[in-house]
Amino acid sequence: MRRGPHFAWHRLAAMVVKEFIQMRRDRLTFAMMVGIPIIQLTLFGYAINADPRNLPTAVLSQDNSSFSRAIVTALQTSTYFRVTTVAQDPDLLDRLLARGEVQFAVEIPTGFGRDLMRGDRPALLVMADATDPAATGNAAGALDRIVQSALAPLLDGPLAGLAQGQPPVDLRIQRRYNPEGLTQYNIVPGLMGTILTMTMIIMTALAVTRERERGTMENLLAMPVRPVEVMIGKLTPFILVGGIQVLVILTAATLLFHVPMVGDPLVLAAGLLVFIVANLAVGFLFSTVASNQLQAMQMSFFFFLPSILMSGFMFPFRGMPDWAQTIGEALPLTHFLRVVRGVMLKGNTLVDTWPDIWPMLAFLGAVSVLAVMRYRQTLD
Amino acid sequence: MTDAPAISVRGLTKRFGDKTVVDGFDLDVARGQIHGFLGPNGSGKTTTIRMLCGLLVPDGGSGTCLGRDILTEAWEIKRRVGYMTQRFSLYEDLTIRENLDFVARLYDLDRRRETVDRALDRLRLAKRSGQLAGTLSGGWKQRLALAACVLHEPELLLLDEPTAGVDPKARREFWDEIHTLAEGGMTVLVSTHYMDEAERCHRIAYLAYGRLLAVGTVAEVIAHSGLSTWHVSGPERRIGTLARDLAARPGVEMVAPFGATLHVSGSQAAALAEAIAPFRAEPDLAWSAAKPSLEDAFIHLMAEAPVPSGAPSR
Repeated sequence: MRRGPHFAWHRLAAMVVKEFIQMRRDRLTFAMMVGIPIIQLTLFGYAINADPRNLPTAVLSQDNSSFSRAIVTALQTSTYFRVTTVAQDPDLLDRLLARGEVQFAVEIPTGFGRDLMRGDRPALLVMADATDPAATGNAAGALDRIVQSALAPLLDGPLAGLAQGQPPVDLRIQRRYNPEGLTQYNIVPGLMGTILTMTMIIMTALAVTRERERGTMENLLAMPVRPVEVMIGKLTPFILVGGIQVLVILTAATLLFHVPMVGDPLVLAAGLLVFIVANLAVGFLFSTVASNQLQAMQMSFFFFLPSILMSGFMFPFRGMPDWAQTIGEALPLTHFLRVVRGVMLKGNTLVDTWPDIWPMLAFLGAVSVLAVMRYRQTLD
Repeated sequence: MTDAPAISVRGLTKRFGDKTVVDGFDLDVARGQIHGFLGPNGSGKTTTIRMLCGLLVPDGGSGTCLGRDILTEAWEIKRRVGYMTQRFSLYEDLTIRENLDFVARLYDLDRRRETVDRALDRLRLAKRSGQLAGTLSGGWKQRLALAACVLHEPELLLLDEPTAGVDPKARREFWDEIHTLAEGGMTVLVSTHYMDEAERCHRIAYLAYGRLLAVGTVAEVIAHSGLSTWHVSGPERRIGTLARDLAARPGVEMVAPFGATLHVSGSQAAALAEAIAPFRAEPDLAWSAAKPSLEDAFIHLMAEAPVPSGAPSR
């Protein structure tokens, strides 16, 4: 058998040197290689927390006894709960939970202290927004112990008997919207958002960059066509593609994962439209910056990574520190997740979802303005 | 409006960073002419063409294309100008017909189907209309690109090195088509590196380092160069050494071998005659006074052009 030429160090060296030179020229790839580990370390090290604390809680107390005061204080000091609203009206508790403004609502009924002293085991109602079981699980699990230890110092003297046997309070935890704590109720609607983010941004970024890379942009620019015509013309097919993806996911969600559809599909459709267009605009903006398709892919990935990690898709949003939540609030996926979970699981109306639709609209507006400013009608 | 010259620009200037690519360019092209645009690589031909059709904004100067201001009326110019890019810039993943159909839609042409069919017939592309543009050979791609940019019957056609890398037969057919279009009243500005193509133009303009060095008919440009040329032929072995001997003599500016013949040129006829005098007596050598070629004139112009700082030295 004939043998090929020997392995030669000088040829290997030639290849390695060439690769290093090219790597140094490609600034974005270099930035990615350094940037990705830093971003990952920051997010996983500092931002992500699977045991969220300081969860916003609304309290409705119709009893002014030392027992009810002790329970509210204990909730706060447990660090799991942070009382943000003191309500007077039970309807408000429902509204706050539906809009996701609080994670928990605690209702202490009238005569709570009196019934407790009589040994009647009054009910203490705790309603949790269980759309994301991971966000509420630990706090709900700790409730029993928190209430017991809050009451213990008060149960002495004639009340010492209550400290024995059955707990003196009938703690009722209501896991709203997802009573069985099924994670797919949370994940499957969320997937709709992440899949759309990924495909819409990459598709558009590539579609426009391709024109430039292949040289067809020069021909296009030489013909009488307005930038806005190019932009809308490029994005329209992808809105349709996004629509098909949504139908596939919704069908699977209903038939395979039995995720309920409590709300009005039209409200979801409105949120979807804004969300899809916002992502397309991001892709278009990237395409005006990227000089080739590889760069467009890298930029899309750069945007996608924080989107899935900081939006509340993978990890509870409220588990993140304030700075990370602020970044998260700027991402369209964060708001879309609230819309899709709100409509499908909670039955939220357009009015309920508006607080999450306008930030997406604002994002869309800002990105579109940037994209149109960056888009050049000339080759300058 | 139709009486306005096809192109009339003054002092056109374009800089990229600190490099001036086009520097104070003036040009007038009358209607119905085929105007050649020549110059070495990197001389600013493509940049000038792009400024004419609104693809680049000039940093200085002013002018009109078809009577429209190139600075403020790029939109109107785009509607009435056809531009064929140097690199094939139609969609390779669309068929020939789909490409033409796309262009026809953009220009909102009447009776689109008919127009596209007619263009396919004229360029003998009808049988290949369902073929993907990307699978065409260089000559056919060029033919398709021309079909696409004359589809809307532009008044001015800008062609940027349209025949680079195309075989001689396809090149000749292409130029026959250009002449047919010009007879129909279309004005053509075409950049090229081929001297035979330059000689098929009504007028030519020569650009080097972003400056216009010569403009006129082929005969005018040659005359303007002030060059004198002698041809000398002889035995192959002697020609090689003779070339070196001649090049070293004052008064000889260019010595170019063409097979067994040398073209010897200089801008001072008397000095050149004196330089070659000692060799004229050699019995093996046959000397004749000749007309300088366009290529001689261009190489001479380029050698004389001042190299501005910032331009790549060669």
